[in-house]
Amino acid sequence: MSDIQPAKRAEVSVWNSGKNKFLARPLLYLVLIFGAVLMVTPFVWMVSTSLKGEGAVFEYPPKVIPNPLHYDNYKQAWTTLPIGIAYLNSLKIAVIVTAGSLLTCSMAGYAFAKMQFVGQKFLFMLMLATMMIPGQVTLIPMFMWFSKINWVNTHWPLIIPPVLSNAFGVFLLRQYMSSIPKELEDAGRVDGLNPWQIYWKIVLPNCKPALAALGIFTLMGNWNNFLTPLIYLDDQKKFTLPLIIASFQGLYSTDWPLLMAASCISLIPVLIVYIFAQRYFIEGITLSGMKG
Amino acid sequence: MSTWTRRWVRDNAWAYLFIAPQILGLLVFVIGPVIFAFVISFMKWDIGSTPEWVGLTNYSKQVSDPIFWKVLKNTSVFALLNIPLTVIGALVLALMLNQNLKGKTLLRAAYFIPVVTSSVAVALVWTWLYNPSYGLINSVLMSLGIEGPGWLSDMKWALPSIVIMTVWQGVGYNMILFLAGLQGVPSQLHEAAKIDGAGSWQRFWRITIPMISPTTFFVVIMLLIGSMQVFSEPYMMTRGGPADATNVLVLHIYNTAFQFFRMGEASAISFILFVIILIVTLIQFKFSKWVNYDV
Repeated sequence: MSDIQPAKRAEVSVWNSGKNKFLARPLLYLVLIFGAVLMVTPFVWMVSTSLKGEGAVFEYPPKVIPNPLHYDNYKQAWTTLPIGIAYLNSLKIAVIVTAGSLLTCSMAGYAFAKMQFVGQKFLFMLMLATMMIPGQVTLIPMFMWFSKINWVNTHWPLIIPPVLSNAFGVFLLRQYMSSIPKELEDAGRVDGLNPWQIYWKIVLPNCKPALAALGIFTLMGNWNNFLTPLIYLDDQKKFTLPLIIASFQGLYSTDWPLLMAASCISLIPVLIVYIFAQRYFIEGITLSGMKG
Repeated sequence: MSTWTRRWVRDNAWAYLFIAPQILGLLVFVIGPVIFAFVISFMKWDIGSTPEWVGLTNYSKQVSDPIFWKVLKNTSVFALLNIPLTVIGALVLALMLNQNLKGKTLLRAAYFIPVVTSSVAVALVWTWLYNPSYGLINSVLMSLGIEGPGWLSDMKWALPSIVIMTVWQGVGYNMILFLAGLQGVPSQLHEAAKIDGAGSWQRFWRITIPMISPTTFFVVIMLLIGSMQVFSEPYMMTRGGPADATNVLVLHIYNTAFQFFRMGEASAISFILFVIILIVTLIQFKFSKWVNYDV
């Protein structure tokens, strides 16, 4: 935290102060707006195609607003594959993993930041060192173990490992908790609180920004996760949203209006959440970047 | 027991209670599997058959496998295109947005939106954008009188096409990191340099760039690790084709393990991936003298 200096910012100074402006204002706006339009175009194209009839897709030049509008694609996308169930599956997994990781990571972060114990330094370094290991290395042995205990085609492999092994989360929260003044805990100790009560009642409420940041990352990462569900899940009723979208592609590879309607259905809730929680996304990234 | 000893035991017990879930998880889901993966990388272990010790065969086989070298080359090209394009794009956007502009929030949101969307869904959207006959990109090119390439089905363009999509999706995230880095540059430095007669270009190179070097370093390392592990995009858009033109390391591991069920060989390739990431990251740290931490 200490390396953020909010007092005086270097706004404006780089580009447009002094005589030699890098870009004049109108030109700057033009460039930025043009870029923003480019960024949003794929989504516009997705929505536009999702409302087209079969024939309209192959028109040249393509129309942005199709006439007539085909809402049927959405109905078809919703009914051909269990997209609603996939929603619930994704939501269930992402929420459980996020809540679970916040708990276990903050517990470990608290111990590493605020307690002294045997092997503390070693365990912390070990944890940091494992952050370098790419997930693909552990993928194969874990798959073999989980098939032994019949966890293949269940949601357990997508829930238990991410909740119990999140070194990044421990690190992020440990760094944040280290900056909480010791006096706060001492006050609790004087009141006769045990370490769990101090953690739960005093330290946790003071880490809300870090918890929000980690929460958003975990939620987003698990909601969009593709490789692990792809490996573990066979039964369509257990599929997560990215898997269902991939199945659409496998089954209807040239029915673009249907494919775009399915993509649209899968993206809309994320975009709505983003619009309302934009501040937390931005703060979360900033915080994690500072720590790194 | 003295009070001191009793207290020491109690404090340690509490601490281990707090770290227990994560430390157990670390042992069972990270360290254990890594050791197991290392062991099976020396075995011929096809699912359904009995494992057999083969020594270094799984590793030496890769050296003589042209597909492996192709995959390694593709992954490197992907990283070498993705990293500079994303870094420069993100930095330029951050510099432009780091001022008092009207509608700054809206502009920032537009650049950030692709970050939150799932790679699988946007890969599908981009596959359609890249469609050679009816996609938006070639339609626009045609109206300009240019005949566009086959993009994802073109040997030369397939990998760059995936890079373009990845840059589009990742630039907003890194822009936010650079914005945070720029906010940490004290304006006194710029003012002092201005008094000394430094132009804005000079101040950019002498002040801004060195001051944000920790951010740049972080961004490059994260992009590098991410680029080495790219999977969903080539899986969804090309399945590694045409003719392995977009086959990358993780896709190769996935195919070896879960399409051909050669677990031993796939483990060996995953260890090669690990070692590559380790070496490249260590090299970066070794040559990180340009990173300026002490201000």
